[in-house]
Amino acid sequence: MTEITNLGVAALRDGISGGDFTAVEAAEAFNAAVAGASALNAFIVATPDHALESARKVDADRAAGKALGKMAGVPIGMKDLFATKGVQTTAASHILEGFTPEYESTVSQKLWEAGAGMLGKLNLDQFAMGSSNETSYFGNVISPWRRSDGGNTPLAPGGSSGGSSAAVAARLCPAATGTDTGGSIRQPAAFTGITGIKPTYGRCSRWGIVAFASSLDQAGPMARDVRDCAIMLEAMAGFDPKDSTSLDLPVPEWEAGLNADLKGKKVGIPREYRVDGLDADVARSWDEGIAWLKDAGAEVVDISLPHTKYALPAYYIVAPAEASSNLARYDGVRYGLRDLPDGANLQDMYAATRAAGFGAEVKRRILIGTYVLSAGFYDAYYTQAQKVRTLISHDFKNAFADVDVILAPTTPTAAFGLGEMVSDPLAMYLNDVFAVPASLAGLPAMSVPAGLNREGLPLGLQIVGRPFDEQGVLNAGLAIEQRAGFTARPGKWW
Amino acid sequence: MSIDTATVARIASLARLKVTEAELEAMVPELNGILAWVEQLGEVDVTGIEPMTAVIENALRLRADVIGADPLTGGGIRDQVLANAPAAEHGFFGVPKVIE
Repeated sequence: MTEITNLGVAALRDGISGGDFTAVEAAEAFNAAVAGASALNAFIVATPDHALESARKVDADRAAGKALGKMAGVPIGMKDLFATKGVQTTAASHILEGFTPEYESTVSQKLWEAGAGMLGKLNLDQFAMGSSNETSYFGNVISPWRRSDGGNTPLAPGGSSGGSSAAVAARLCPAATGTDTGGSIRQPAAFTGITGIKPTYGRCSRWGIVAFASSLDQAGPMARDVRDCAIMLEAMAGFDPKDSTSLDLPVPEWEAGLNADLKGKKVGIPREYRVDGLDADVARSWDEGIAWLKDAGAEVVDISLPHTKYALPAYYIVAPAEASSNLARYDGVRYGLRDLPDGANLQDMYAATRAAGFGAEVKRRILIGTYVLSAGFYDAYYTQAQKVRTLISHDFKNAFADVDVILAPTTPTAAFGLGEMVSDPLAMYLNDVFAVPASLAGLPAMSVPAGLNREGLPLGLQIVGRPFDEQGVLNAGLAIEQRAGFTARPGKWW
Repeated sequence: MSIDTATVARIASLARLKVTEAELEAMVPELNGILAWVEQLGEVDVTGIEPMTAVIENALRLRADVIGADPLTGGGIRDQVLANAPAAEHGFFGVPKVIE
């Protein structure tokens, strides 16, 4: 039998329900993988007992002949942005270090109800702000991938869901939760050769997810293939009255609906994404993706998304503005860190607590957000950005009058080395240039591995779909997956 | 629009972030770099365009006017609310004295 840790979500679910192995055996195998991978720093805390307890329940249910859930016996990693009852939830920040929620986030609760267990809480960029996992208070996550040059340069696993991407790529867990505000599922998935989907805004409840930018934040699965993402997204999605922007729609059976035959489908290729100086390997990978979708029966057409170049600057007004407002709650009074210097009054305590508790990137974004929302500047920055956001959304609406899905690269380059970008915030932000437009428009979008670049590092292709059409996105992703034949995986060095 | 040290200090004060002089000095060029870059949005003709209010059309709902309809978000859970407070006292959040 193949090693259990090489199995994905569907294979684990089927193996456990078919009696090939028990859920406890699966949990033990992954617990051991997590325990042996501390060099990657993918987990902030491991929760082996949680995984075992869920597994025992699944095994008992199976023995009793009870119906098993969609994720029965599948142990997963949980991004440490989801509140988990009784388990420290930090958003990778010092200000929430030691915070132990009294409640469970809706998405994680749904996963436990579907029979999944938790291997641990995954590292991330602090408050999900970052593209390399270098802003975590708990240290960098190291990608399991290395360049083929024989050097051992530690590489970024992407961000903000960098613990999730590293853990799935290193086979420490078959799947993990991610959240995507401006590319935080898709960019790390592309950097590590895995698959991740951000559904339509509102599909997954935001209740119990530490807020970054509420009009953009959306949870989604990260796994090794399209089918596994479909299964896990079914378990995560669904209406929640506790989130006022939750979509009151039934959850489609995405796994059952998978179909890689794209006859009659039209795929749009946005010309504005073919930027000057586009990396040659990324351009080649995109061309291959176009050929694969044609081979799957799709018609490929050129489209224009004229406001693409303004998406990233609009995002860097809207997201910090919302973050500065959301993060006002960290005051040293109700939860988290308190820094009370001798003789300090209440205002001093707020300022000292926040200075001690937030990292440099979080402070930078709070300041930008505070500035663009301040009296006299609000219209020039924030209102203008929200108008541009409307135009970006119109661009997609116009394109989707003509095409079913859009194909583009996920990122402008493959993974970079840790430390290579940190000194230049703007260069770091540009990593999300292809991912941010779909976030601003609330559209479903996924990254699937497409191949390796000249350095032996994974490249991802991105598929963006119409609102609510996760199925169309998954199907185009499946067509690429079947043709890309991506089987590369990082050699174990950790 | 370029911002100076005094402006960054004012913004930091509005955001309740204590910053040292050295941090202020470092932040000024960083924030100016980002602001200069986002200012390209000014090129976009937005005549007649409404600012985005919701990415996906959705109607806001009212919940039933019942206390504790959802036990997770209802009342009567004082101890849970206080469980993570850095200084809970006598069933309240403790803060430095605000009235002399």
